Amino acid sequence: MKKEEQLTTKAYIKRYFQRICQSWSLIQGLTVTLRYFFQPSRIVTEQYPENKKTLKMHDRFRGRLEMIEDENGENKCTACSLCEKACLNGSINVLSTKNIAGKKVLGRYLYRLDTCTLCSLCVEACPFDAIRMNQDFELSRTTRKGFEMILNKKEGRG
Amino acid sequence: MMTPSITHPIGDFIRANVPIPELAYLINAIICIVAICTVAFGAAMVLVYMERKVCAHVQCRLGPMRLGPHGCIQTVADTIKLFFKEVYAPNGADKFLFYLAPMVLLTAPFMCLSMIPFDHNLQVADISVGIPLIIAVNGFGILGILLGGWASNNKYSLLGSLRSGAQMISYEISYAMILLFVVMMSGSCSLQEITLSQSGNLFDWWIFKAPGIGFLAFIMFLISSTAELNRAPFDIAEAEQELTGGYHTEYNGLAFAMFYLAEYINLVTTSAIATVCFLGGYLPLSFGYAPVDHVLAIIPGFIWFFGKVFVMIWVYMMLRWTFVRPRVDQLMGLEWKFLLPVNLLLLALGAIFISLGWIVP
Repeated sequence: MKKEEQLTTKAYIKRYFQRICQSWSLIQGLTVTLRYFFQPSRIVTEQYPENKKTLKMHDRFRGRLEMIEDENGENKCTACSLCEKACLNGSINVLSTKNIAGKKVLGRYLYRLDTCTLCSLCVEACPFDAIRMNQDFELSRTTRKGFEMILNKKEGRG
Repeated sequence: MMTPSITHPIGDFIRANVPIPELAYLINAIICIVAICTVAFGAAMVLVYMERKVCAHVQCRLGPMRLGPHGCIQTVADTIKLFFKEVYAPNGADKFLFYLAPMVLLTAPFMCLSMIPFDHNLQVADISVGIPLIIAVNGFGILGILLGGWASNNKYSLLGSLRSGAQMISYEISYAMILLFVVMMSGSCSLQEITLSQSGNLFDWWIFKAPGIGFLAFIMFLISSTAELNRAPFDIAEAEQELTGGYHTEYNGLAFAMFYLAEYINLVTTSAIATVCFLGGYLPLSFGYAPVDHVLAIIPGFIWFFGKVFVMIWVYMMLRWTFVRPRVDQLMGLEWKFLLPVNLLLLALGAIFISLGWIVP
C-alpha cells in the first residue's frame, strides 16, 4: 500500500472536514438511483419472446447482410467485388456476368451466413451503398441448408 | 408487565383455560416459536423477491418476471431448488464447525426478533433490559461468520470472515452508542417503553423529537447498522468481486440457504429496531390534526409496524444498490475517526439537551 504523505495537524484537520463535506456526493448518487427507481419508463429490458410483435431493434443494430433494393427490386451493385475482398471470412462471393450490351454486371451475390461474423466491413467497403446490415436477429436454423443465400433478386444494372 | 396498559391477551387466555400450568407454558412457548418463525421465514421470502426487484429497478432492469405475475413466486421456486441440493463439506473442512456455523448465525436474529414489540400486545418477551440484550445477541452472530470462514478450509472464506470480525467489532461500538442515545432520551431499556415514549404526533418520534440531533443519530444508526448487517456498501465480508462470496463461499444447498436467511432476518430485525427506536414503532402516524388522526388510528398497530419496517428495509436496499464499497482501511477509518467521535458528541449533546429540558422523555 502507498505510504500516506506526512501532513501537518492543521492540514490533516482541514482534509478531515473536506472529506465530510465531500460525502454530499453520496446524496447526489442517491437522487440518481431514486429517479431510476420511480421511473419505470426508463427500463431498458426487453421481454423478448412476449414482445416479438412490437420489438424494434436500434438503427445501429447489425443483423444479417442484405442488399438495398428499390421498389422494383433493382439493386445498385456493380459487381466490383470490393466487399468480397473486404470480407475476412470469405463469406461473400460476387459472381459477375455479362449483360446484353457485353458489360460486366452482378450475376449472383452469394452470402454465407454460417461463416459471417456480422462485422459489417463489407458494408463499409461498398462504394455504392448497395448493401447494408438489416435488423433481423433470429438467424438460427436447425440445418445448414438455409445459410447459403443469394442476396440479389435481379441482375445488377451496371 | 411494565405498565398496566400492556396486557398479554393470548398468553393469559391460555394460562386461564389450560388446567396444567406446565402444559400452558409449553403451548405458549410453541405459539411464540411458530409466530417468530412465520415472521422470519415469511419476511425472508418476501425480502429476497423485494431485493431483486429493487435492485433491478435501480439499474433500469425488470428483475424476475417469468414465474407468476411479475415473478412473485420466483423465490418459492428458488427455495425448492435449494431444498433439493446436496449439502456437502469441502475436503479437509472441520465438519462439525462447518455445519454448526449457519445455525449459530441464525440464532442471533431469531433472539432479537423475540424482543420486538409488533403491537401493544404482540411481543414474545418484554424484557426490561431489551436494548443491552439486543446489542449482546447481535455480537453473537459474528461467531457464526467466524466459524463458517474458519471451518471452510478456504483462504477466501477465512479472509472474509476475519475482515468481517474486525468490521463488526468496530461498528458494534457506534451501533451500541446510538442505541444508548435512544435509551438515554426515552429513559428506558425496554423496547415497549421506548415505543410508548414516542406516543403523540409525528414530531414526537425520536427522529424528530430531539431537535436536530435525532435526525443525525438516525443517519449514524443507518451507517453503523448497515455495517453490522454486512450489507453493501460495507459488505467486505462477502465482497463478491474480491473474495468470491467470502465466508459462505464453500456453502451450498440448505447450509447456504441458512446464511442467506440469516442475512435477511437480520435485515428485518435491524429495520425493526430502527423503527422502534426512531420511527415510533407500532404507533400510528398522526399529524396532530384530529379528523385525519382518527382515521389513521383505525389501522391496527402491527400493520403500521410492518409498514415502517418495510420503508426502512427499502432505505437499506437503496443504500446497498447506490453506494460503492470502501476499502478495508477506509472502513476502519470511517468508524474510528468519524462515527465514534460524532457519536460521543451526540451522547454529550443528548445529555445536555435533557438536562436543559429540551427533550422530555
